Amino acid sequence: MTEYDRILADLIKGLAPFTNGKTVTENTELVGDLDLDSLKIMELLLFVEDSFDISIPVSILPDVKTVGDLAKQVEKILGNA
Amino acid sequence: MGLFTKFDGLAAGRAELGALGIDPFAVKIEKIISPTEGIIHGRHTILAGTNNYLGLTFNPECIASARLALENEGTGTTGSRMANGSYSGHRNLEKELAAFYGKRDAIVFSTGYVANLGMISTLAGPGDVVLLDADCHACIYDGCRLGGAETIRFRHNDAEDLAKRLRRLGSRAAEALIVVEGIYSMLGDRAPLKEIVAVKREFGGYLMVDEAHSFGVLGERGCGLVEELGIMDDVDFIVGTFSKSLGCAGGFCVSNMPELDLIRYASRPYIFTASPAPATIASARQALRILESGKDLRQKLHDNAARLHAGLAALGYTLGGPPSPVVAVVLEGKVEALQFWDSLLKLGVYVNLMLPPATPNGVSLIRCSVSAAHTSEQIDAVCAAFAKLRTKA
Ligand SMILES: Cc1ncc(COP(=O)(O)O)c(C=O)c1O
Repeated sequence: MTEYDRILADLIKGLAPFTNGKTVTENTELVGDLDLDSLKIMELLLFVEDSFDISIPVSILPDVKTVGDLAKQVEKILGNA
Repeated sequence: MGLFTKFDGLAAGRAELGALGIDPFAVKIEKIISPTEGIIHGRHTILAGTNNYLGLTFNPECIASARLALENEGTGTTGSRMANGSYSGHRNLEKELAAFYGKRDAIVFSTGYVANLGMISTLAGPGDVVLLDADCHACIYDGCRLGGAETIRFRHNDAEDLAKRLRRLGSRAAEALIVVEGIYSMLGDRAPLKEIVAVKREFGGYLMVDEAHSFGVLGERGCGLVEELGIMDDVDFIVGTFSKSLGCAGGFCVSNMPELDLIRYASRPYIFTASPAPATIASARQALRILESGKDLRQKLHDNAARLHAGLAALGYTLGGPPSPVVAVVLEGKVEALQFWDSLLKLGVYVNLMLPPATPNGVSLIRCSVSAAHTSEQIDAVCAAFAKLRTKA
């Protein structure tokens, strides 16, 4: 299992409270598929930040569409630490 | 995707308002009568959403100073201070602001928006880090974006969350720029600045406080929340605007940092826009003198704020924060807020309607701002209008 896969698995597990029971994969879109509004996205990010003990910069948010995008960003931030 | 496709959402929003027959973004003040009254839609209206905290827009001394400058120095500077030079008023105002705050120096910008843009984008560039309160004003976010620094939000008014994020930065924390506001513009709540200063002492970093809504409002002398809490020496940069308490337009930053002057030579929003017009500078200077000369206006402002806050609380409304010159009523949904705002206007009371995403936590707000120029009767009339809508609901 690569670092990315581990992060993705953790993310998918952590996303459960935000998904209304929908199945989540790497390609699930946060806004498009999960219907998360900006407030929910903010809550989700705070949750992800705390679970990985990182801060996600505001500027990368436009690049995050899918759960996989988010996993990639988390991996990048953890790699820089 | 077409150039204008991105506006589809906006167009739909505008159409929705059109269908309701309410347009809060196209209010025309047909005649402005005083700091607290105007004619809107042909109706005499109490203005309770202007941020005209000290009510100085019609102050005879400010008008006289502005008129004199207008006649002696002309209508505009026609360029930036870097290109066209500074008028004596620009530099004098900077010296007066620095003296007022007891700081080494000040820079005057063309607006408060530009002050934040000019300071933050210049201080924090690529490779630097800015930590900002999640509820910070758009111009603080925009300053971060223009500068290109790594920008990290922390939970609103949560010093512990700030500490956590500074810890995550490791050795970079010592050079990070932390940005918060004194009074937050939407809900009127204050920053826990003492706790934030304690965190800064622990981890390092530089602290900037935007006192846009607290300059002229808080503190023994009216400097703002930083003064009220006695932490002037712990705050590295104070930003403010002339557009609210001083009743004109313009912005500033004061600081003890010897490098402040260098910011001028690197700040694009300072270099590449016209400097404030002479009349604007003259009225800002006069308003600052009035602000410095006593506490009467501040006292009146706080009495009015307390009166409105108590009145609305007694009616059972959910308010955004403790008493402050910004009194925000939290409503259920967007449409309810729109209709409420429209009904208030029809009852002769103008306030601000604030809708998500511009609001914290996605709430819909009826935002009132109180002025020292409101009479007790006007405040009571505002409360009476809210009371009428309460029984209706
Ligand atoms: C916190 C804050 N900073 C800055 C500004 C901008 O001030 P100005 O109107 O002078 O551009 C505002 C105004 O709304 C504000 O609320």
